[in-house]
Amino acid sequence: MSKFGSSSNKKEVPEASSNSLSDIVFMLLFFFMVTTQMRETEQKVKVTMPVASEVAKLERKDLSANILIGSPTLQYQAMYGTDARIQLNDSFKTVADIRDFIAAERDAMSEAERSLMTVNLKVDQDVRMGIVSDVKQELRRCSALKIMYSARKPAKD
Amino acid sequence: MARRKISTIGSTADIAFLLLCYFLMTTTMGDQSGLQRRLPPIPDSDQVQDQKVNRRNIIIVRINSADKLFAGSEPMDILYLKDKIKEFLTNPANDPNLPEKEAKEIEGKTYMVSKGVISLQNDRGTSYQAYLQVQNELVKAVNELRDDFSRANFGGRKFSKLTEAEQDIVKKAVPQNISEAEPKDTGKK
Repeated sequence: MSKFGSSSNKKEVPEASSNSLSDIVFMLLFFFMVTTQMRETEQKVKVTMPVASEVAKLERKDLSANILIGSPTLQYQAMYGTDARIQLNDSFKTVADIRDFIAAERDAMSEAERSLMTVNLKVDQDVRMGIVSDVKQELRRCSALKIMYSARKPAKD
Repeated sequence: MARRKISTIGSTADIAFLLLCYFLMTTTMGDQSGLQRRLPPIPDSDQVQDQKVNRRNIIIVRINSADKLFAGSEPMDILYLKDKIKEFLTNPANDPNLPEKEAKEIEGKTYMVSKGVISLQNDRGTSYQAYLQVQNELVKAVNELRDDFSRANFGGRKFSKLTEAEQDIVKKAVPQNISEAEPKDTGKK
């Protein structure tokens, strides 16, 4: 067409417009902002959640306290062995520390929302129930009665 | 002029890329879901004697340390647990060995509410996966009963399609009475 006819820049290919690039990147950005959540603490125990078909979503994620139970990941196995351990926040703890942990989580919430706190038990599927029962008993003693057993939805449907 | 315009747009894209990388690094996909439960409060020491529950109103679901399931007293495959629980909670033939039903008035209407309680017991050696699968079956049984109940009483709609007030009625008419018993002291440390 007329472009090719002009004698001044016959060999030069016009640069591709990068106007839309920022739009595309922004769209990607918004997609990730909407679909993802902030990563919580680093996982030091391996947790493969069991599958359950009747799972319900946790409505208020900000009102939950996470307790992870599983065997330590490879890099910590030298120090802590492979037996199931409890992880609270960022470190390995014992059942006795749960009381302080729950108290700290409660303090971080506003007065009105404390009763809505859910303790989210993320337990590896191979863990024996003994340690889970201990944790449950301790939670009862701290009167943190709302709990959730974390589970995955089955892959089909 | 044209050069400058292109360069400013290029930097917006760069900034957006930086932000994008930041979000990719700091966030995780996936939501949190699971089975929600309420633990029973610790009984006061002066009233340790828990209230008597009629023998026929309770079914004991036990998982032993080899992940074998017992419902009532007989061993059972997990596939049949749901139907067993549904039969237990509905008691269609008014069997004297299955739970009594009680006429309860909820929001102006009277419904027959089962007094059945499922008592879930486990051993310290039970694997968590087996435990959660049984929990899941129990919840599934109750959910299906709730679906049946809402279909019968609220114009063929499923439980999840009801309004919140209607759901509360169904929850009262088909209660989820799962008691997680105190751990058995077999091999307690």
